[in-house]
Amino acid sequence: MPVRMDKPWAPLDTASLATVAAHLGVYQLANNKGEIVYIGVADARTLFGIKGELRKAVADPPASATQFRYEVNMAYRTRHAELLQAFIHDHGVLPVGNTDIDPRMLGRLRPAG
Amino acid sequence: MDLALSDEQRIIVDMVRRFVREEIVPLEDTLDPDADEVSPEKLAELVDKTKEMGLHGLDTPPEYGGPDIDLVTRCLIAIECSQHRAGLYAPCYYAFGGARQAQLFEATDAQKEKYLYPMLNGEKKVFFGLSEPSGGSDPGRAIQTRAVRDGDHWVLNGTKLWISGADRADYGLLFARTGGPGRGGVTAFIVETEWEGFNVRRVVHTLRSAKYATEIQLEDLRVPHENILGEEGGGFAISNDRLSRQRVPYSAECLGIAIKAHEMAVEYSKIRETFGAPLAHRQGIQWMLVENEIDIRAAKLLIFDAAAKADRGEPFRTESAIAKLVASENSFKVVDRSMQIHGGLGVAKDLPLERWFREMRIRRVGEGPSEVQKHVIARDILNESLR
Repeated sequence: MPVRMDKPWAPLDTASLATVAAHLGVYQLANNKGEIVYIGVADARTLFGIKGELRKAVADPPASATQFRYEVNMAYRTRHAELLQAFIHDHGVLPVGNTDIDPRMLGRLRPAG
Repeated sequence: MDLALSDEQRIIVDMVRRFVREEIVPLEDTLDPDADEVSPEKLAELVDKTKEMGLHGLDTPPEYGGPDIDLVTRCLIAIECSQHRAGLYAPCYYAFGGARQAQLFEATDAQKEKYLYPMLNGEKKVFFGLSEPSGGSDPGRAIQTRAVRDGDHWVLNGTKLWISGADRADYGLLFARTGGPGRGGVTAFIVETEWEGFNVRRVVHTLRSAKYATEIQLEDLRVPHENILGEEGGGFAISNDRLSRQRVPYSAECLGIAIKAHEMAVEYSKIRETFGAPLAHRQGIQWMLVENEIDIRAAKLLIFDAAAKADRGEPFRTESAIAKLVASENSFKVVDRSMQIHGGLGVAKDLPLERWFREMRIRRVGEGPSEVQKHVIARDILNESLR
């Protein structure tokens, strides 16, 4: 599994969510330019897992997100932390929509590439 | 061996039990089932309370400000502290102070000023870097990370694997080969994570879905000679006694989880009915509960045997290995049976059993796998090195 998620983007709309299941895992939201604007986690407190979180994003897209991609992952907490830390390594800051993350709770990752 | 608690021990156990029940369990209800930490502000609140109890910094020697408690009492506390969802790897979310790097108590005065005291004050975080892709249970042979002397510095190159907390630490202890093969060729270094050449490359995802391990690459990492901990080639001689001591409360944490899982299974078997009668009336269930009880009592006796021997100043390395082996193996079986009794609910994240099952599985490998503990025990029985 690559450190950075490299799946193709899908449009952030109701039709695209039809095939998304209610598993736990992580997801990313991007704007029209493909820039990641939010890295989210569907943890065990969510009602319908990734599907439920993406439904919320469709209804109220954070940071003008228009695309999404996701990864079903039972190690959702460690994977979420890894994706956030890799993003900070690459960009120096958290994604613009991740105002829900306390940077003090993250570590410093220096992934290759 | 007298297992009756003293008045002081009873007070401590009651105090910690109340703390877990009133502070930790309600807090946990607001967190993700796999959470392993709370915000720094919340942690500070909890720490204030453990300080009021006089029980903060449990693994810190009294001469460095820790509470003056014997190992038996330390184990009693560990059993209580672990009895909540995150309790195995994050007992009370570290409100009693996290595990310390015991080797640093053997540091030079200058090293203590720079590294030990900031760690004890909670200002700095530290990691322990021993295991490598080539192995971790037999590091004397497995360590391939090289350190080569260059004037007043050492230059380190290699890879470390399964290292917890390296990405959030300020510095750590790294073991590298400075000499020939075997333990005598390995030296311990204190390295700062901000130094050029220290790279945490990835998170290693495991059964434990919180508190992850990492992979570290060292690329021409320059470490001052003064940052050698202990003697050159003496990396393994540092603090063996302290490390053996830490293995006993580690075993007691496993026992705490087993006790809680068993309690849940007993209660559930009384209220859950199948085919017109409570589960507790079924012999198949009764036998599982009996096996739980026996496994718990056996582990408890061995843990307190090891702790009592350590407190008396007697050799306890074999006892510590037996305690670790039996506590981790038995507690895993207890959690497994308790899940079975709970049926579908046992494997759901609604209850803590599935998390304990995953994490207890790791305990049979971590801190020396069961087979390595048996190797240690066999070596002592046969009174030879068995190389």
